[in-house]
Amino acid sequence: MNINRRIIYLLVAVVVTVPLIIKIAMPVRVSPPVQLAYDKLDELKPGSVVLLSTDYEAGTMPELYPMTIAILKHLFSRDIKVLLMSMYALGVPIGTMALDEVAAEYDKKYGEDYAILGFKPGLNVVIVAMGSEIRDAFPTDYAGTPLEDLPVMKGVDNYDDIPILIDLCSGSTLDSWVMFAQARFGQRIIAGCTAVMATSFYPYLNAGQIEGLIGGLKGAAEYEKLIESPAVATSGMPAQSFMHILILVLIIIGNISFFIERRRKRRS
Amino acid sequence: MIMFERFPLLVTFFTSLLIILGFFIPRAPFGDIQQTLLVWVLIISGFAALLGVDSLLRLHIKRVTSRGEGWAYSLVLILTFVFIFGLGVFSGIKYGTAFSLASPFMYAYTYGIIPLQATMFSLLAFFITSAAYRAFKARSIDATFLLVAAALVIIGRVPIGGMVWAKLPVIADWILDWPSMAARRGVLLGITLGAIGTSLRIMVGIERSYLR
Repeated sequence: MNINRRIIYLLVAVVVTVPLIIKIAMPVRVSPPVQLAYDKLDELKPGSVVLLSTDYEAGTMPELYPMTIAILKHLFSRDIKVLLMSMYALGVPIGTMALDEVAAEYDKKYGEDYAILGFKPGLNVVIVAMGSEIRDAFPTDYAGTPLEDLPVMKGVDNYDDIPILIDLCSGSTLDSWVMFAQARFGQRIIAGCTAVMATSFYPYLNAGQIEGLIGGLKGAAEYEKLIESPAVATSGMPAQSFMHILILVLIIIGNISFFIERRRKRRS
Repeated sequence: MIMFERFPLLVTFFTSLLIILGFFIPRAPFGDIQQTLLVWVLIISGFAALLGVDSLLRLHIKRVTSRGEGWAYSLVLILTFVFIFGLGVFSGIKYGTAFSLASPFMYAYTYGIIPLQATMFSLLAFFITSAAYRAFKARSIDATFLLVAAALVIIGRVPIGGMVWAKLPVIADWILDWPSMAARRGVLLGITLGAIGTSLRIMVGIERSYLR
């Protein structure tokens, strides 16, 4: 049996869109890596400054933007300050959008409660440079204001002054953060990534090189449950569930037809 | 002549040696030298981005002028580049930064680039589903193991898995925590050893392709 790919495409479109329209509620179970990430951020003292690196672009926004929002809500609700940066040029506008959205909700002010360092090319070099002095890599914020003039930067010189770094990534930037910021400077890291990347980062989690891992839209939904603020990720769970069921059903059909075909060939 | 050939190799060797020493001995003078070299790399990276833009535009301008295959797409790329670059410069002057949410650059980003990139990424769902149906077959014992593990993770990682059977998410977590992680760790070690080997070859001058 050979299902025409147009039928498969049509099934995918229906299975994704219908649950988004009907809005079916599904229970979300929190997995241990996401619980760890939440606990580590929840332990931070109010007034602490965390570094958030939005190392992703628009293509992976559906998975990573909801977790960016959820994490920012958690941080701002606990009066934790945020420094935003990105290793991707187009990751800065995404982080800026998220910060503006959540900062307005929690009445946080730019320069006092958060700052946007911006983008700097060089990845590993930037990470190592920040280990000695953040101002070596980012002398000014994204708008050209010297970091000295931002109250949020008072007493923040390098990783020693940042209790936790959060890397939300769609590529291999986490490898660099772990290799240089964690291994060399002992920076504690929490990671968020696309679902397809999550398996790559389990060794870091197991070795304690990252202290929490939020994987894909499911991870974001789990985080939304932990902060008791269900939003986009939670509402996307039925679509994702039915999509996975469809893939599974198609794999089963494909294998049944494969075995029937093989038996037929052997007999003939 | 021999000195002319060996000089870049000596620069590479001593520079990489300083970087390595700075990594293991972050104290003065190695730490300071390393930090200075890293700032230099940041500056050079900026110029590398300019070279990339130059190379990209040259290639596509050549294709348009010679009416090569797909020249219309190249024309779209050039026009879009000029348009977005213009918006970035204008926004930078008017709003202080191109990333101001009120700027025309961010408008183009939000309503142009984001939907386009999201569309490209969304197409993956269609291709992956079609590919899973056609390629994911239990042709051998190894393939069967892979298939069963993948099926358990596919269903166990979404909420409906837990609704079908409460143990499914636990099994999916176990697969990710142990067999999958062990395999990934092996791959990671292999990649890292390969990277160390290649770095050493460049450092001691065996690998010289970067000089050409």
